[in-house]
Amino acid sequence: MKLLLAKPQENEIAMNTAVISSAAVFRAFCVRRQRVRWLLLALLCTCVRALAQENSDCLDCHEDKSLTTVRDNKTISLFVDQKKFEKSVHGSLQCINCHAALAGKEMPHEVPVANVECGSCHDGEEKLQKESLHHKAMEKGDPLAPTCATCHGNHEIVKAKDKSSPVAPLNIPFLCGRCHQEGTKVSRERKIPQHKIIENFSESIHGEGLLRKGLIVAPSCASCHTSHLILPHTDSRSSISRNNIAATCTQCHAQIEQVHRKVIKGELWEKQANVLPACVDCHQPHKIRKVFYNQGMADADCMRCHQNPDLKASKDGGALFVNQAEVQHSMHQKIACSQCHSEVNASRRRACETITRKVDCASCHAEVGTQYAKSMHGVLIAKNDPNAPTCKECHGTHGVGGRRNPESPIFPTNIPDLCAKCHQEGKRAAVRYTGVEHEIVNRYTESIHGKGLIKSGLTVTATCTDCHTAHGVLPMSNDSSSVNPKNVPATCGKCHHGIQEKFLGSIHAKMVGKTDKQLPVCSDCHSAHTIRRTDIDGFKLDIMQKCGRCHPKIAATYFDTYHGKVSQLGYTKTAKCYDCHGAHDILPVSDPKSHLSHNNVVQTCQKCHPGATRRFAGYLTHATHHDPEKYPFLFWTFWGMTSLLVGTFAVFGIHTLLWLPRALKMKRERNQQRQPVARKEKS
Amino acid sequence: MKAGQKKQVVRFSRLNRTLHVIMIISFMSLALTGMTLKFSYTGWASFLAHLLGGFESAGFIHRFAAVLMFGIFTTHIVDLFRRKKREFGTWKNLLFGPNTLLPMKQDWREFKASMKWFLNLGPRPAYGRWTYWEKFDYFAVFWGVSAIGSTGLMLWFPEFFTRFIPGSFLNVATIIHSDEALLAVGFIFTVHFFNTHLRPEKFPMDTVIFTGRIDIEEFKEERPREYEELRKSGKLDELLAEPYPDIVVRAAKIFGWTALSLGFTIILMIIYAMVFAYR
Repeated sequence: MKLLLAKPQENEIAMNTAVISSAAVFRAFCVRRQRVRWLLLALLCTCVRALAQENSDCLDCHEDKSLTTVRDNKTISLFVDQKKFEKSVHGSLQCINCHAALAGKEMPHEVPVANVECGSCHDGEEKLQKESLHHKAMEKGDPLAPTCATCHGNHEIVKAKDKSSPVAPLNIPFLCGRCHQEGTKVSRERKIPQHKIIENFSESIHGEGLLRKGLIVAPSCASCHTSHLILPHTDSRSSISRNNIAATCTQCHAQIEQVHRKVIKGELWEKQANVLPACVDCHQPHKIRKVFYNQGMADADCMRCHQNPDLKASKDGGALFVNQAEVQHSMHQKIACSQCHSEVNASRRRACETITRKVDCASCHAEVGTQYAKSMHGVLIAKNDPNAPTCKECHGTHGVGGRRNPESPIFPTNIPDLCAKCHQEGKRAAVRYTGVEHEIVNRYTESIHGKGLIKSGLTVTATCTDCHTAHGVLPMSNDSSSVNPKNVPATCGKCHHGIQEKFLGSIHAKMVGKTDKQLPVCSDCHSAHTIRRTDIDGFKLDIMQKCGRCHPKIAATYFDTYHGKVSQLGYTKTAKCYDCHGAHDILPVSDPKSHLSHNNVVQTCQKCHPGATRRFAGYLTHATHHDPEKYPFLFWTFWGMTSLLVGTFAVFGIHTLLWLPRALKMKRERNQQRQPVARKEKS
Repeated sequence: MKAGQKKQVVRFSRLNRTLHVIMIISFMSLALTGMTLKFSYTGWASFLAHLLGGFESAGFIHRFAAVLMFGIFTTHIVDLFRRKKREFGTWKNLLFGPNTLLPMKQDWREFKASMKWFLNLGPRPAYGRWTYWEKFDYFAVFWGVSAIGSTGLMLWFPEFFTRFIPGSFLNVATIIHSDEALLAVGFIFTVHFFNTHLRPEKFPMDTVIFTGRIDIEEFKEERPREYEELRKSGKLDELLAEPYPDIVVRAAKIFGWTALSLGFTIILMIIYAMVFAYR
C-alpha cells in the first residue's frame, strides 16, 4: 500500500503495464527490444565518457534523503534510493537515459527539470495512452489526470509480475481505486458514470476471484478497460463500447457462444452487435455474478414508471403499463426487461430513452427470426403490410407463454383459433387468398386432425403449425414451403414416419418414379384440410376418383368391371385401387415387389378370394370391350352380342310396327260387329 | 250366346300358369338386381341398390331368383318328360305333333301370310295353337337360360370355374351375361308385352296366362285353325271350363299390371341409362 500511495515522481522510465497473462508475451518482447537499445547506448557512452554523467554523479546529491523541492506549492522529496533503483527494471540504466534533458549539463543542474519521456522507449504504450481519456485530461491541464508515473511509479519500477508492482494484477483495483473510488477527488469533481466501482467490483465474481481467491488470471480493471487506451464506453474505439464489449469479454469467455446458444447466436455479437443485448445489459459492469445479475434491480428501474397503469406513450398515447405478474408467469420470467428492450442505457435516469428500435425477438431467437424473415408473414412485414403478424400477434408480449402452457395462444389446442383470427373466411388473410383451399378452419375442425385435436384433445395431433410450420409459413407454390408438393411427404412424415418410408419406396416417390410428370404426394389423395379417416366409406370411394385424376383410362376400365361397378354403387366391400395395387407402397406391376407382380398377384387375389389360383388371377380387372387391339375377344364378344340385340330388336320392331295398324283395324271391325249385339242385349 | 260366353277354353295348364307366375317374379328380380350393377353409373342404380339392402343383398336376391329360374326350367323339362309319357307316348308325337312348339313349315307359311296381312295384301292367317312369335318366345327362354345361366354360374363361382377356364373368360362371360340379359329384358318388356297384352285387340291386358282361360269367341277369332281342329275332333268340349270368379281375375289383373308397370319402368330406366347417362 505504501507503494501505491507514494507520490508521483518524475525521471522514471515506465514499464510495460500489461497485467493479464495474454499481455505478458508483448511485454517480454518489449524488454528484449530495450536490451538491444541499452547495448547501443552503452557503446555510445564509452565514446562520450568525458561528457556523460555517471549515476554516481547524480547520486552525489540525490542520495540525500532530505533533498526536496517545491512544486505546485507542495514539498517533494528528490531522494533516490540507490538500492531500490538498482533492483528495478531500469536498474542497469543511466539516470540520463531517462532524464535525457540533463545529459551533458553542468552539475548541479537547473530546476525545474523537463519531464521524463517514457515514450522514447515505450513508444507503443505512449501511442495508445495519447488517445486515452487520461491523456486527453492531461492535455487540458487537468491536475487530476494521471501520468505514467501515477500508475507505474518512478525509480523503483519492478516487473508487473512482481507482487510489489502497483500494476501487478492483484494491485490494479487498488491502483485504479486511488481515483475511481467514492470520496476521491476524481469521483467528486469529475463526471464518472459508474458508481461504487471498486466496491461493486470487489463483490463481483471477477473481484472475488482476483482479490479473495488470489487468482491472478481473474480480470482486473485493465483487463476490460485496457491499460493505456482507456476510453469512455460511448467511444466506439473503446474496449467497453457496445460494439466491442463482446470481443472484450470473449478474450476470456471464449466459449460464451456455447453457454448462450440456447438463446443467443454468439456470432451475432460480433456481426450485428447492435441488435443484441450487449454482455453488460445482462451482466452489469462491475457487478458481474455467476448468474444473471439480480434482475429485480434493473427491472425495478423500469417498473418505477411502467407499473403505472395509466402510463401512456407521449408519441401515440399507447398504453405502456407492464403487468409484472404477467411477466412472472411467462416464459420470460427470468429475462430482464433490458434483454428484450435492448439499447437501454443504465447510466441514464430514464434508461429507456436511448432506445431507438422495437423489441427484436430474433436477437435471442435468432434461428426462429431467420425463418420468420423468409416466411410469408415476415416478407409482408418487411413490406410494411399492416395485415401481417409479427411475433407478438401470435405469442403475445410480456405474458408470452410456451407451447406447453394451455393458457398460451400457441398451445396446440389453441392454434386453430389463433390462425383463424386471420385465415377464417372473410378475415384479413383469407380475403387476399386466391388459391383453392376454402373454409380452412371449419374443414380442419371436421378433419381427422381437427377432431383428434379438438374433440379428443390429443395435443400431438397435427395442427396448422405442424404442417405449415410455425415460423416458416410459405405459400404452397414456394419451393421451400413445407406444404410444397416437393416437401409434403417429409412434412407428413414427421408424424406418419412409417408411411413416409413406404411411400418413398413407391413409384409415386420422386426417387423411384423418374418422370417429368407431376407425381402425387400425400395431400393429392388425402386432401389437406379435409383429411379424413381412411377406414370410412367416404374416403374409400373417393380415393378411386383421386387415382382416376392421373390414371383416367385405368380408372374408366376399372369401372367397367365388377369391382368398379360395385364401388360405383357406393359399396366398399369390393376391390378398390389400393386393395390390389397397395396404397403407399404402390409399384408398377413389372416390379417384382409390386403386389401385382407375377409372384404376388395370386396372394393378392386371395385376400378376398381365398380359393384364387393363378388362372383366377388372369381375370382382367381393367378390361374394356372398346379396345379391339388390346382385348380383341372382348371387343368381338361385345359387338357380337350387340349385333344379336340390335338384329332381334330390328326384326321384331318392324314386325310390331307393321302389325299395329292391322290390329287396330281388326279391333275396329270387331267393335262394329259387337255393338249391335250389345244394343240387343240391353233392350 | 250366354252359355257360350260363360264357358271358356282352357289354354294353359295349372302347372304352366304357376311356372309363368314364378318366372315373372324370378325374371323381375333378376332384371332389377342385375341392372343395378350393369348401370351402376346411374343414380337410380345406386338408389335401387340401397333400396334392396345393399349390393350384397341385391346379389343374394339375384342368385336366389336365378335358382328359381333354374327350378322353373327343370320343372318344365321334367313336365315334358311326364307329358310325353302320359299324353304322347313317344318323343316323335310330342315333338312333331300338331301342337308342337318346334318351328315347322306351317310357321314359315304363317309368317309369310302374316307379312302379307301386315302389308294389307291378304287376310289374317288362321293361327293355330302356337304362332311363330310364340314359338320364338318359347325358345328364347331356352337360349336365354343357357346363355345367361351358364355365364351367371361362372360369375357366381369364379374360383371353381377358373380351375378349368382362364380368368379372362370371366370377362367374356360378363359381357355375354350382361348383354344377353339386356336383350332378354328388352325383348320381354317390349316385344313380348306388345305381342300378348298391348296389341289393340288384347289391350290393355290378356289374363289368359294367369287364369289359363280364354273366351270362346275370342279364341275362335284369334286361333281359327286350332278352334277348327278342336271342333272337328270334338275335343273342344273337353277344354271348356267355368270362368274363375271375378276376384281371381281381378287379382290376376293386379299382378299383371304390377309386372307390366315394373317392366315398363325398367325399360325407361334402361333407356335413360343408355341414352342420357351413358359413360
